[in-house]
Amino acid sequence: MPDSLPTTASAPRGRRRHPLPVRLWHWFNLWCLVVMLMSGLQIFNAHPALYWGSASHFDDPWLELYAIRAPNGDIRGQTALGPWVFDTTGVLGYSAANGRESVRGFPAWSTLPSYQYLSMGRLWHFFFAWLFAGAGALFVLYALLSGHLRRDLWLSGAQWRGLGRDLLDHLRLRFHGPHGGYNGLQKLSYLGVLLVALPLMIVTGLCMSPTFNAAAPWLLELFGGRQSARSIHFIVAAALVLFFLIHIAMVLLSGPWRQLKGMLTGGPRVTEEPAATSTTPTTRSGRDQHDAS
Amino acid sequence: MMRRDSGRRDASRRRFLQRSALGAAALGLAGCDRLSQSEQVAGTLNLAQRLNLRVQRFLAGERGLAPEYPASMIDPVFRPNGSTDPQSGRYRELAANGFADWRLTLDGLVETPLSLSLDEIRALPARTQITRHDCVEGWSAIGQWTGPVLGDLLARAGVKSQARYVVFHCMDQLNGKDFYYESLDLVEARHPQTILAHSLNGAPLPTANGAPLRLRAERQLGYKMAKYLSGITLVSHFDDIGDGRGGYWEDRGYTWYAGI
Repeated sequence: MPDSLPTTASAPRGRRRHPLPVRLWHWFNLWCLVVMLMSGLQIFNAHPALYWGSASHFDDPWLELYAIRAPNGDIRGQTALGPWVFDTTGVLGYSAANGRESVRGFPAWSTLPSYQYLSMGRLWHFFFAWLFAGAGALFVLYALLSGHLRRDLWLSGAQWRGLGRDLLDHLRLRFHGPHGGYNGLQKLSYLGVLLVALPLMIVTGLCMSPTFNAAAPWLLELFGGRQSARSIHFIVAAALVLFFLIHIAMVLLSGPWRQLKGMLTGGPRVTEEPAATSTTPTTRSGRDQHDAS
Repeated sequence: MMRRDSGRRDASRRRFLQRSALGAAALGLAGCDRLSQSEQVAGTLNLAQRLNLRVQRFLAGERGLAPEYPASMIDPVFRPNGSTDPQSGRYRELAANGFADWRLTLDGLVETPLSLSLDEIRALPARTQITRHDCVEGWSAIGQWTGPVLGDLLARAGVKSQARYVVFHCMDQLNGKDFYYESLDLVEARHPQTILAHSLNGAPLPTANGAPLRLRAERQLGYKMAKYLSGITLVSHFDDIGDGRGGYWEDRGYTWYAGI
């Protein structure tokens, strides 16, 4: 692919910052996860309440989206989280769908399809689940075999030890230089998504299937029953949304155009020694271990 | 951290990109609704169903058992769904008489059609199982079910070799017009936990839960488990029943394979 970054013309040939399989999976995964999230919210809306254990104790959900009629006759959307109740009219519990206010868990703009249509939501969800799981498995295999996991994602000893300081730096919106490898916190979040959150989504999703329960009852027990599996599925999905938001924020704060272009074209080629040419280090040198090694 | 020299060009490109992204998102949302209404798209998405059936059957095996639970986990009230009080004239007449005149027929592609009264069914060897019921909506309930194993009745009637599906006919009309019906293939119908339940939690089946007799297919979602049974028919295909998709909810877009 032609590279329009002028500085890289003089750079020695090397591997791209984002190799092609990483870029392909990144964008394919975005597409899959958006469909999975929105069709998942459609499915959730069929019974917008979550429980712990095997069965639903209908009078004791830990999370519930519903509507009530206020004393003045207005219908209000409410969200009950444990002992707390929030008025979430317009977004959760009661919101406009097709120009008409209606009782629904998540709002129309967040579900696929936008209107209440459980069977269609399930069709989208289970079709894209295969694409998502297949691509994810291929990517993990690639990351293992190509060394991407070991070289780019696994934390060095110094990075493990420096996580606390990394976190403080991030909170002060001080990020490490744009070239070189990922920083410790960044690696940890990518590893968490790839090796913990995404596999958990697949497994907890399967644990909601009664036939799969017959295949692996031990897995269901591990999660504490079907309603617990459903809750964990929802919580991990929420964590992925949080990751997505932070990910976007980080891109916006660290040169969005360069980052976006990098993930589209592969970015500059990286050599084995730290690329210090065109960077403006934002951290004091000396403890900057974010090279590509 | 954007490079200064190309800043201006980048700014206009960024604006273009932002607008395209917003436009694509809006189109995407409207598009997904449109796509959802297309038969072709639904057909494509439906391909996953066959894969689900094959892979899940392979993983669970033909006779892998659904989890069973201790009596302490039984829900005091088993939440009913769908029809809870059928209004059809025939059902009300039969119910008024304690189902003394009700009979279950088992016919179609069998050697010996059967017709059984409720007392005869209650006198058959029965299986009792405490299982979890999963509604397609997402909730679950645990109950204790008792009744004869469907596989035993099928063996007694003698299933002909052309038979592929077992169709369950019901006495309730959820929309006030069409009678509920469902179908299982022979693997699921002959599964050791697939029973015709006449009792819930040790008492005769309540009206809301499908009196006098309902299907329990424990590796399937709730909509498969037909209530208010009147007849069972062995068929080679179900194209000519209802809208031809194998069940009341299947005719309304739900997948025939309901193991997930």
